[in-house]
Amino acid sequence: MSEKPISRLQVILSKGEFAVTAECGPPRGANSKVVRNKGELLNGYVDAVNVTDNQTAIVRMSSIAACTHLLHMGLEPVMQMVVRDRNRIALQSDIMGAYSLGIRNILCLSGDHQSFGSQPDALNVFDIDSMNLIRTVQTMRDEGKDMSGFELNDPPRMFIGAAANPFADPFEYRVIRLAKKIDAGADFIQTQCIYNMARFKEWMKMAREEGLTEKVHILGGVTPLKSAGMAKFMNNKVAGMDVPDALIKRMAGVPKEKAVEEGIKICLETIAELRDINGVHGVHIMAIEWEDIVSEIVKAAGLTPRP
Amino acid sequence: MIVGKQKSISEIKSIIAPFKKVLILGCGTCVKTCFAGGEDEVSVLASALRLACKMDGKDIEIEEFTVERQCENEFIQEGAPAIARNEGVLSLACGAGVQAVARRFARTPVLPGVNTTFIGVLETQGVFTEECAGCGDCKLAVFGGICPVTRCAKKLLNGPCGGSQNGKCEVNPETDCAWQLIIDRLRILGQMDNLRIYVAPKNWQTSLSGGPRKMVREDHMI
Repeated sequence: MSEKPISRLQVILSKGEFAVTAECGPPRGANSKVVRNKGELLNGYVDAVNVTDNQTAIVRMSSIAACTHLLHMGLEPVMQMVVRDRNRIALQSDIMGAYSLGIRNILCLSGDHQSFGSQPDALNVFDIDSMNLIRTVQTMRDEGKDMSGFELNDPPRMFIGAAANPFADPFEYRVIRLAKKIDAGADFIQTQCIYNMARFKEWMKMAREEGLTEKVHILGGVTPLKSAGMAKFMNNKVAGMDVPDALIKRMAGVPKEKAVEEGIKICLETIAELRDINGVHGVHIMAIEWEDIVSEIVKAAGLTPRP
Repeated sequence: MIVGKQKSISEIKSIIAPFKKVLILGCGTCVKTCFAGGEDEVSVLASALRLACKMDGKDIEIEEFTVERQCENEFIQEGAPAIARNEGVLSLACGAGVQAVARRFARTPVLPGVNTTFIGVLETQGVFTEECAGCGDCKLAVFGGICPVTRCAKKLLNGPCGGSQNGKCEVNPETDCAWQLIIDRLRILGQMDNLRIYVAPKNWQTSLSGGPRKMVREDHMI
């Protein structure tokens, strides 16, 4: 990667600061105010905001547009980009367009399958996979070329992120996949929500043994639980999610009106543990449609003020 | 083989509605093997349609005939007299067969009675699974003989997504995760190193994406 820093997130991570990112889901509509309101709630408490790309395969305002609204407010976006809906021509074009608008971080993803969304009758694309997308963004940045080898005039320079799910199967392959993503060009990793800390630690240990934590910044993903029902739902209905029984019992063990408080407590304990794990360089808070809780969590975790 | 599934009686009824004399034309190759359009299925469908039309008070004559293969003129020809006697043909072949018959008999409406679904294998008796997408550029050697282009819902070439759990695909818990199968097979073959190989973006030019394909074998042309 070239010497000049690309994004604030990169600067914070390379300085060795514990980074904080959060998530902003664009609205099912064209009202930019929804994005700005979410941005307001996060402003000052996070280093960068992930903007999802039609998450759960439900049609929403485009990630690029919502990222741009956040940029105008002085927030730094991480543009999520999935390979489900666009072929390589459209992906590369949008990366260039996003860069021209001032977007400097990208998270390269496969994307939720369209069968989970509101329009399961849609054709999916998957022309390239997320690994190929990471490599594509890296080649654009480091070699200045598009996928055809054409030398771009003023190529986009993105700080490249990828996802990792230590809780999916087959477990022993998960570190190999992480290594492949790093080789393909990932600079930072945001993980699936961590509830099974033992398994996460095991995965981190394997990553350290392979020397991967020296090559990439890992941000642990957390999602505060609101109720025992949510914990059960995530464990049973969301693929690749692992909520241990002990945690479900703990959520069920408190009175309903105390459940939110307990969920936040668990989340803070998770963040505290993450900060002690060698190789974890930050936390990614995914408070889905609950953006107003992020500032409270960041403050209570002692992660304010942000650099 | 090509696997297909017969359309519902109600859809078939509406497809043949304009006609009073219809030939149900079976095919004795792939669709016979998957119980969609062989001689037996032609006979059962004809009886069901006669009954259904009778109950609707519709006057219709249904004739039955099955050729060995509807995708070859030589065999289609055997059906010529029966086709000539009818106003329309309901073909129980795959989509290729329907079109081959339509090409041969340009003035006769040739209608589909089967939904052609995939290129697959007979997994166990009565169970068919899709295993090949006919992409025109086979990479099975790298993947331990299991095709992620066909059998992974996201066509992932570089490993499983985050939705692989207990060996199953997040899209359908009945479906094996192709990548779990690939990894298991590579382990048996002692080729786990393949998992570390970066697989470059696929060249889709050889697939349907490059437009309808044609293969010419000059050595076999007369």
